[in-house]
Amino acid sequence: MAENTPESAAASQDAAAPQDPQAAKNAQLLALLQRLFGADTFTDVEEPYGLLTVTTTRERIHEIIAGLQQDQELQMNFLTTMCGIHYPENEGKELGMIYHVHSLVNNLRLRLKIFFPIADPVVPTLTDLYATANWMEREAYDFYGIIFTGHPNLIRILNVEDMDYHPMRKEYALEDGTREDKTDLFFGR
Amino acid sequence: MAVNDTLEGTRKIVESAQEQQNLSNLVPTLNDFSQELTTLNLGPTHPATHGIFQNILQMDGERIISGVPTIGYIHRAFEKIAERRPFYQITPLTDRMNYCSSPINNMGWHMTVEKLLGVTVPKRAQYMRVIAMELARITDHLICNSILGVDTGAFTGFLYVFQEREKVYEIYEEICGARLTTNMGRVGGMERDFSDVAIQKLRDWLKTFPAVMKEFESMFNRNRIFMDRVVNVGPITAERALNYGFTGPNLRAAGVDYDVRAMNPYSSYEDFDFEIPIGTKGDTYDRFMVRNEEIWQSLRIINQALENLPEGPFHADAPHYYLPPKQAVYKNMEALIYHFKIIMGEIEAPVGEVYHSVEGGNGELGFYLVSDGGRTPYRLHFRRPCFIYYQAYPEMVVGSSLSDAIVTLSSMNVIAGELDA
Repeated sequence: MAENTPESAAASQDAAAPQDPQAAKNAQLLALLQRLFGADTFTDVEEPYGLLTVTTTRERIHEIIAGLQQDQELQMNFLTTMCGIHYPENEGKELGMIYHVHSLVNNLRLRLKIFFPIADPVVPTLTDLYATANWMEREAYDFYGIIFTGHPNLIRILNVEDMDYHPMRKEYALEDGTREDKTDLFFGR
Repeated sequence: MAVNDTLEGTRKIVESAQEQQNLSNLVPTLNDFSQELTTLNLGPTHPATHGIFQNILQMDGERIISGVPTIGYIHRAFEKIAERRPFYQITPLTDRMNYCSSPINNMGWHMTVEKLLGVTVPKRAQYMRVIAMELARITDHLICNSILGVDTGAFTGFLYVFQEREKVYEIYEEICGARLTTNMGRVGGMERDFSDVAIQKLRDWLKTFPAVMKEFESMFNRNRIFMDRVVNVGPITAERALNYGFTGPNLRAAGVDYDVRAMNPYSSYEDFDFEIPIGTKGDTYDRFMVRNEEIWQSLRIINQALENLPEGPFHADAPHYYLPPKQAVYKNMEALIYHFKIIMGEIEAPVGEVYHSVEGGNGELGFYLVSDGGRTPYRLHFRRPCFIYYQAYPEMVVGSSLSDAIVTLSSMNVIAGELDA
């Protein structure tokens, strides 16, 4: 695990890339992705801790994940997980969805991200590709208020139905912000 | 003759009543009876659901037409709470997820943090973790399989193996002092070395347990009654299982040999010889058999790890991250300082995002951790295998009878704490 320190990870991306089998695999995968979906589809290409991470747009995410699933060479037919994320400071890109897909045949993992404005949190559903996306999307809707167009049953899943906010968004502090006995500068965020 | 007369008599009475009061809409005919469906609430709390989840079933007689699962009864906002806690204080949240195999959850979380911080764990600690994780897998599978026995009416097998789980919990107690919600790992290794008593208890258990396991298996494997209840019950094909995101024994029972331990080895799993048992039909019987076989494989791994347990330190030399043992805190100033700093969450993590997954008792248990350089995770998402595969439950039980639905649920090993998180 020594090569996973941030410094050496950055170094391995620059100099020692050919020696590292994971980096070579990632480079191959990225080349294939760009050939399949176009070179300018993916931005912010990174490899944090060895996992290839790319950012794309919500207009193309459904097509890309469908393509990855159907591609005979890649066979990325396993949706490991997907979850929402909230960055209140990112103007116009406050909300995000993060997808992890996995090819069980080639043992390749890929992380895809999309970001979109909180005022218009609409994303295409993946339930037509993966049955497993159903509950994960309901969870993302419940926690972040992300609306998945085409979802068959987009209702809250873990929280009570009459809740009128989406609790995982950053503006909802975990504890009452007005309490003074809990103000501890050395603790938490 | 007499019956016909009575029926005839009844009909006459009804007909005359209809004529008199025009009751034709109120008196049910045979046709109406056959179309009536029952809505049955299975759960939220019912002894047979093994946890708090509700299934609203539409029943045609004894046959299930459709089912709608409702979850969230014990949702505790794990992901939200984790955003306010330093890394060590998240550990107790993880072991309350799947309380049947809490060491796996703990170690999975610690490995995720280690990956983020770039801490290398010494070989001895890795082997110790393997032992703890495999013990947890055994107890998890034992509970699942023996409860399946209880659901088919065989209480004895449950008692046999519950005693063995008790012995494993005694081993945990020797290792870390706790039994159910263990907290034996630390970021960077283990909390303390295995004591001689722990090793002795482990060796004793490894000697006696196989006989009990054989007895348990001989009670069920070819049992006519048991097989009638579970063969071809609640089946799922490999294709549907993959589409539903199944992992672990539930996926392997359908015939896909995906095991995180073999595909992406962590904590030195590449050093051990073990096989991945797979089933063919993905029915309840296959799930039962796959779990039983995995118990044997786990025993193989524990034996190898114990035989080849390397000498050396049981934790990494990473004072900034490794919580020092309590004895050292009492006697050593440096340890006290680091203890304080770590507990108060003053150690900042590097910026980055990491996904790490381990093979939990139920399947791929993944942690997706986003760190913005603060003391707590910016975002922590937990890939809970139970949450992901429980949604296939209606599809698996539609068309079967209610009693089949019970054993299917029990063989899927859905843990409510992990389902709701």
